[in-house]
Amino acid sequence: MRNSTLFLTLICCQLLICASFVLHARVSRASAGARLASNRELVRRLELTDLCLFTEARYTRHPAMADRHAAFQDHPMALEHFPSGSLVTPPDFRREAP
Amino acid sequence: MNRCIERHRNILDFALSSLLRRKGKNLSLLSVYTLIVFIIASIVFFTQALKREAALVLDGAPDLVVQRMVAGRHDPIPIAYRERIAAIRGVSEVRPRFWGYYYEAVTGANFTLVASNDGQPSVKSVFIGSGVARNSSLTEGDFLPLRDVKGTPVLFTVGKVFPSASELVAADLIQMREDDFRTLFDFPTGRATDLTVSIRNKGEVKTIAAKIAQQFPDTRPILKSEMLRTYDSVFDWRGGMVIVILSVAVLSFIIFAWDKATGLSAEERKEIGILKSIGWETGDVLLMKSFEGVVISLTAYLAGVSLAYAHVFFFSASLFEHTLKGWSVLYPQFRLAPVVDPYLFCVLFFLTVGPYIVATIVPSWLAATVDPDAAMRS
Repeated sequence: MRNSTLFLTLICCQLLICASFVLHARVSRASAGARLASNRELVRRLELTDLCLFTEARYTRHPAMADRHAAFQDHPMALEHFPSGSLVTPPDFRREAP
Repeated sequence: MNRCIERHRNILDFALSSLLRRKGKNLSLLSVYTLIVFIIASIVFFTQALKREAALVLDGAPDLVVQRMVAGRHDPIPIAYRERIAAIRGVSEVRPRFWGYYYEAVTGANFTLVASNDGQPSVKSVFIGSGVARNSSLTEGDFLPLRDVKGTPVLFTVGKVFPSASELVAADLIQMREDDFRTLFDFPTGRATDLTVSIRNKGEVKTIAAKIAQQFPDTRPILKSEMLRTYDSVFDWRGGMVIVILSVAVLSFIIFAWDKATGLSAEERKEIGILKSIGWETGDVLLMKSFEGVVISLTAYLAGVSLAYAHVFFFSASLFEHTLKGWSVLYPQFRLAPVVDPYLFCVLFFLTVGPYIVATIVPSWLAATVDPDAAMRS
């Protein structure tokens, strides 16, 4: 078999795999609907504001509720020592009284 | 037409044979290239899926949260503020919220305690997240001891364990009654952790937040849109670790593209000289070299993206787990709903495949334009 035939077959297989992932993404999103709806209901019922991604510090557990102006919130001059602190960006704009 | 296709196939055959002659070098190049695309695509898949999950789930979050600030820090808010906030036109309901953290000294985990006043759970009973259950080896009906402010252990019965599908929002949650929460922490009477505000017309949220900030200068209103934006910017490309990973990947790519661009090996120059001396046109040589670039870059791109998809959505981004986990004792186990953004993958394609092909063609063009005799002798 010619090298080009082998290569084109390999590329077609790779493209088929990528297309199957796109299909998988659609099917998975449809099946995740019930899980997302029940999580949204839990968030609504318990009035939650954040995802449970990093439980190591309060400002990474609830970044939406944390203080923007005090990035290192344990004490003045406190160095950031939690690894997730380097992943999560500070919360966005805060509407505080002047 | 057929002749043109056959000509291109012949050149592609020659390009593949040429790559196979330098099997070791090209395989290592392909592996590094695939690895770089895999890392970048994994980050893209993971952050996109997480942002979408956050947007969908946090759609149920309160319209507005009002925190009280004392000396620049979050402090319990007087429940008396509730009536004055409720009197603002457009506000439909104001509810006090009670929540806090509990450090569990035995396992070193931090739990989030949430109080509810909807009659659930019953007195001295708690509902726990599956992360808490896993961490403390608890099931329904077991007792969960929590120390109160005086250090005395208080036993709570586990009434329910939240389903594992809810780990992304509730892995570390302990839900209890408001009076149990107050007793456990000796929470000051007449105060709540913060207030949640429901607003009839969602278009008025900003105006109402501004009015609250004006009427209560010691408070800080946080809008739902700001909570969502916090997760929209989570793992922002400028964030510490993400920029380190991206910089390493991009720099590696630049190094090997530079290696290609800075010149051909003597063997490759000789090959070009021979091809030209036996009648190949400069255009044919460039086509052959661009096919070499396409073979390597297209294979690496498709393999990298496929592996990244499997890594993030079939293996729960296990390679990122240690970075994400950090020092957390309690880490949620979750599987994200896949998101494939064609725009980002087109950008990634043009940023990785394009420069590599250019880096392959430019030195070949320089070699192909010199005299074949000089090229063979060099």
